[in-house]
Amino acid sequence: MGLLSDPNRRKALTSLLTRLNTPICVVCYLAGIAWFMGLAFEPFTLRTYMSENAMGSTMVEERFPAGERALATAREFAAHKRKVGGMPVEWLVKTMQARGLEVFTQSFTRTLPFPDENKERYMVRGTNIYGILRAPRAPRTEALVLSAPCSPDNSNNQAVGLLLGLAQYFRSKMFYVEFDCTSLSGFFSHHSGMDYTPLQGRAGSIQAALSLELSSDVITSLDLVLEGLNGQLPNLDLANLFHAFCQKIGVLCTIQGKLQRGDWDTAEGYTHAVQTMMLMVLKQASGRPWGDHGLFLRYHIEAASVRGINSFRQYKTDATTIGRLLEGMFRKLNNLLERLHQSYFFYLMPSLTHFVSIGYYMPAFGLLATILLLRALDLWVQLGTPAQVTEDGAVLFIFSYYKSFLSPSVLVPSFKPSMVISHLTGVALYTLPVLSQETAVEHFPVSETEAVVLTAIAIYTAGLALPHNTHRFISGEGTEQGWRVLKLVALLYLAVLLGCTALINFSLGFILAITLVPAAACVTPHMPKALTALAMVLLSPGCTLLYCVFIFQELQEAPVTLPEGWMLFLSVISQGILDHSLYGSLVYPLLALLIYPCWLLLWNILFWK
Amino acid sequence: WGISRLPALWLKLKRLSLVGRLRRGTEGKWPRLPDSCEEELLIRPLHSGDIYASFQFRTLWDTDFLHQGKKVSHYRLFPKSLGQVLSKFSVRELHISFTQGYWRTMQWGQPIVPSPPGAELWVWFHNTVADVDGNWKELTNVLSGIFCASLNFIDSTNTVQPSASFKPLGLGNATDHRFLRYATLPREIVCTENLTPWKKLLPCGSKAGLAVLMKSEKLFHSSFHSQAVHIRPVCKDWQCSSTAWELRQTLNVVFDLYTSGQGKKEWSLFKMFSRTLTEACPLASSSKVYVDVTDNPELFDLSPATSVLNTAVVLGDRRTYSVYDLTQKETFGQLRSLNLVLRWKGESDMLRPLLHAERYVAGFGLQTGEIHTLIYNNHPYRAFPVLLLDSVPWYLRLYIHTLTVTSKTRENKPSYIHYQPSKDRLRPHLLEMLVQLPPHSVTEVTVQFERALLKWTEYTPDPNHGFYVGSSVISALVPSVVAMDTNNTQERPLFSSFFPTKEESSYFVRVYTEPLLVNLPTPDFSMPYNVICLTCTVVAVGYGSFYNLLTRTFQVEEPSQPLAKRLANVIRRIRGVPLL
Repeated sequence: MGLLSDPNRRKALTSLLTRLNTPICVVCYLAGIAWFMGLAFEPFTLRTYMSENAMGSTMVEERFPAGERALATAREFAAHKRKVGGMPVEWLVKTMQARGLEVFTQSFTRTLPFPDENKERYMVRGTNIYGILRAPRAPRTEALVLSAPCSPDNSNNQAVGLLLGLAQYFRSKMFYVEFDCTSLSGFFSHHSGMDYTPLQGRAGSIQAALSLELSSDVITSLDLVLEGLNGQLPNLDLANLFHAFCQKIGVLCTIQGKLQRGDWDTAEGYTHAVQTMMLMVLKQASGRPWGDHGLFLRYHIEAASVRGINSFRQYKTDATTIGRLLEGMFRKLNNLLERLHQSYFFYLMPSLTHFVSIGYYMPAFGLLATILLLRALDLWVQLGTPAQVTEDGAVLFIFSYYKSFLSPSVLVPSFKPSMVISHLTGVALYTLPVLSQETAVEHFPVSETEAVVLTAIAIYTAGLALPHNTHRFISGEGTEQGWRVLKLVALLYLAVLLGCTALINFSLGFILAITLVPAAACVTPHMPKALTALAMVLLSPGCTLLYCVFIFQELQEAPVTLPEGWMLFLSVISQGILDHSLYGSLVYPLLALLIYPCWLLLWNILFWK
Repeated sequence: WGISRLPALWLKLKRLSLVGRLRRGTEGKWPRLPDSCEEELLIRPLHSGDIYASFQFRTLWDTDFLHQGKKVSHYRLFPKSLGQVLSKFSVRELHISFTQGYWRTMQWGQPIVPSPPGAELWVWFHNTVADVDGNWKELTNVLSGIFCASLNFIDSTNTVQPSASFKPLGLGNATDHRFLRYATLPREIVCTENLTPWKKLLPCGSKAGLAVLMKSEKLFHSSFHSQAVHIRPVCKDWQCSSTAWELRQTLNVVFDLYTSGQGKKEWSLFKMFSRTLTEACPLASSSKVYVDVTDNPELFDLSPATSVLNTAVVLGDRRTYSVYDLTQKETFGQLRSLNLVLRWKGESDMLRPLLHAERYVAGFGLQTGEIHTLIYNNHPYRAFPVLLLDSVPWYLRLYIHTLTVTSKTRENKPSYIHYQPSKDRLRPHLLEMLVQLPPHSVTEVTVQFERALLKWTEYTPDPNHGFYVGSSVISALVPSVVAMDTNNTQERPLFSSFFPTKEESSYFVRVYTEPLLVNLPTPDFSMPYNVICLTCTVVAVGYGSFYNLLTRTFQVEEPSQPLAKRLANVIRRIRGVPLL
């Protein structure tokens, strides 16, 4: 700062930054990407460790014996489900009561804005059945939740069976509060107009929750799912706990469906870690809950899903072992004196044993964000230069900047209309698809879902025609200065947007930054129009989403052809809109209302006349 | 009379053998003793399959602790430690309870003696006391020592003076609630260290009588444990010409069917307490075991059977009890020990208690929240009023304008509201309301609050556990089940049952809701160091320079002028023409 108060040095510094602006930006970009890729390299990451004292050093024994009985219950449940042709609510209530639980039900319905073709439903309806196991001599202040999602199809029966088995077993022991629910998403439904019947029984403030998904009698491995709504993650200790018990009991455990490899120093080992981490980044960026646990996270309840996977591997694990694993985890959670808070809430996991904390991954984003600030500084200096009168231009550039910036003749015509118009387009993109679905269905031979998605794409594309229309509102004055001011505003706006996004959901911010930052840094009206326009479109948020779909499929080892990818892209858009209306996911409004208008500003600059 | 003057040590030694014989043998000759004690155990099989055991010990003493100038120094049955407390602090009435667990009204029905989880203390002081707060402070500290509990944590921030909910239970028509203090410690954990001093207050200790059953390893292997001491002045005789002091010690335990009984539906005294009864407390004038057999024989078998039955209206319901008198030798039978055995036969469905309540915190995030209190009136056709008492610590700042009371989706205006706002770090919120509950309805009381950010020294050692808010207290006169049942004319003559009699038409119930656990905004306590370093650096380097940069005016420094020019300027200044 002393550097800046000395006019000569400041001049030297600004001239250096202006002269070397492009090389520095290129270096920053490459360094940002390289840093991010380096995060998956094992020596650069930290080993996970249990931070919570109450769970770390205490000993628990797992003695759950009744795996076979749990599977028998599961078969019985499946039979009842077939007989009723839906959820056998009454049977479940009776079975849970027989196991000594206080049982309550809660039904809910919610009409979606348009039919969900993936899950073939227009109305979300269901019944939560939950049994409360009261701990002896506890004042009903705390609770733990073990839940299993139930759907009318033939999946997850074993999870329900195991849940009931565990409930019975826990009941016979002098355990702590246990709160055992079988639910569809909608348990915490006091948001966004869900109709629901009031809860009858309550347990206390929920300390932690586990959601179990199990669809086969034996499994080869257990997969841990952490990503919740809006990219929220549970405390890392929950992942550590799961890993510790997998190690203790000897169950294969995975994250993102990937087993850990021991050979970090080989190329394959590194690629494997990168793939695992990239999957986590993509899942987190999507902002949707990847398991039933995702809805707990928004209420600051630490939760994770445990998913049983049955592959062709030889070694199988039976239900008793899974039961023992869950018992162990619950007994440890039961030992908690406080909520889980000791370990990290912001992290990425290249494997179950290693994690990247926020302090390690933020520089990658910081390097990308620096580019925006450097370009903004460059423009600022450029804008200031013509107003300089004295030879010591740098001394006065703050004042001259104010002058140029605050004078209404420059300010109003240059960027205000573009700003307003692009945001109105954003609002249209956010509201019209759902509002106009009926009109679209009347006039075109498409279903509602297709209508919504195609309207969204149409509005998105129509936004590209804006620059030509915007100019009608602008009295063509001060064009050269005008686009610079507009670009300066757009750069700072984008920097703030991405910065805030990255703080909440690093993955989303980083992915958007990778494509938007080069576009924002390079665009000027003086470039070859056709070529640059193509590049701009390829770097737009919509195309980023398309790439993500392909990369995600590639990483999941389920590559898709172009048409398939396109169909997937369409369904991802509809899912995004549905997630927003059903759970309150923020990705769709963020993209439609803020990121897309910001990109339109850049697009405006390209076609500046 | 002579016995009461004997030293305490002698008493202790001889109590078991001699005293009992002496008393029983000489009842006719000696005048009635000024003090007496009774002991009682009630066993009630609960509908959920659990079993409820309630001990009551009552010591009566016609003396006057509060009499000026007369010091009571000779104690026989009444514990001296409590007697001294009563006279020193001019206590008129004292109620203290320690509870571990929450009474499940929905499954278990109404308890005989209700109590909230944790510790509860309420005291009426004599109206001659000048410094009530000072007495209260000292009293809590003394009781803390007597009962080995953290009652010394009671201070002005958790003490309230309810205006209507806690009326004296004993004699005297005290209405000035300035002499009442009420406090709860919801976080208090009750364990054997509290049980031992409680047992020492009993006339026979835990050596004889019903108290032998109180083995802590069994009492605390249960679903619910509550022990209490109630002291109040009562009438000495039916004319109420003078008062006597009553000390009532109660202990309530609920044993769990699944954990203790291994799922087998069979109970016995031995199974519950790992002891059987062999004798009565020799000092007690009455020693009885009651077993609630109202649902017998549909629900369970009781052995050994007894022919002595007692019918009483308890909590609005007519119950029948088998009575076992421990002072009679034949009660113990051949084996010289009494081991009651209950065998369950049938299933029973859930109860619907006429009044019950629950409470929870809604909302998420660490800024605001909403306390919901649900009060259920399950009476099919009678509305009745309840008094709701809420004492909320100051760090939850209630927005009292958001207080709503709704029943059956319509606003239900309380007919009486007493609200005392909190003062930060001084006193809690006190909210008392008289609400009319419509028949067969749920009344919901909601109030929003804001969570205060505490000073960093005010956090507990485990701040992420959350902060407790004590139970709400609901006091009500509930229309009784007996009054509902007007067709029941088998036992009573028709002429007696047209108008419901006052005693039976309604009964007093106090229902406690669960305490709340609320998370307050908690700083990361490892952070202060980092934060201090960071802010200092930012302020010193960043802010300082920026401030400098923005406020300093920059001027281009003129190179120094040659001598000739300066001279010329001096001359020009004198001449008054512009400088060069």
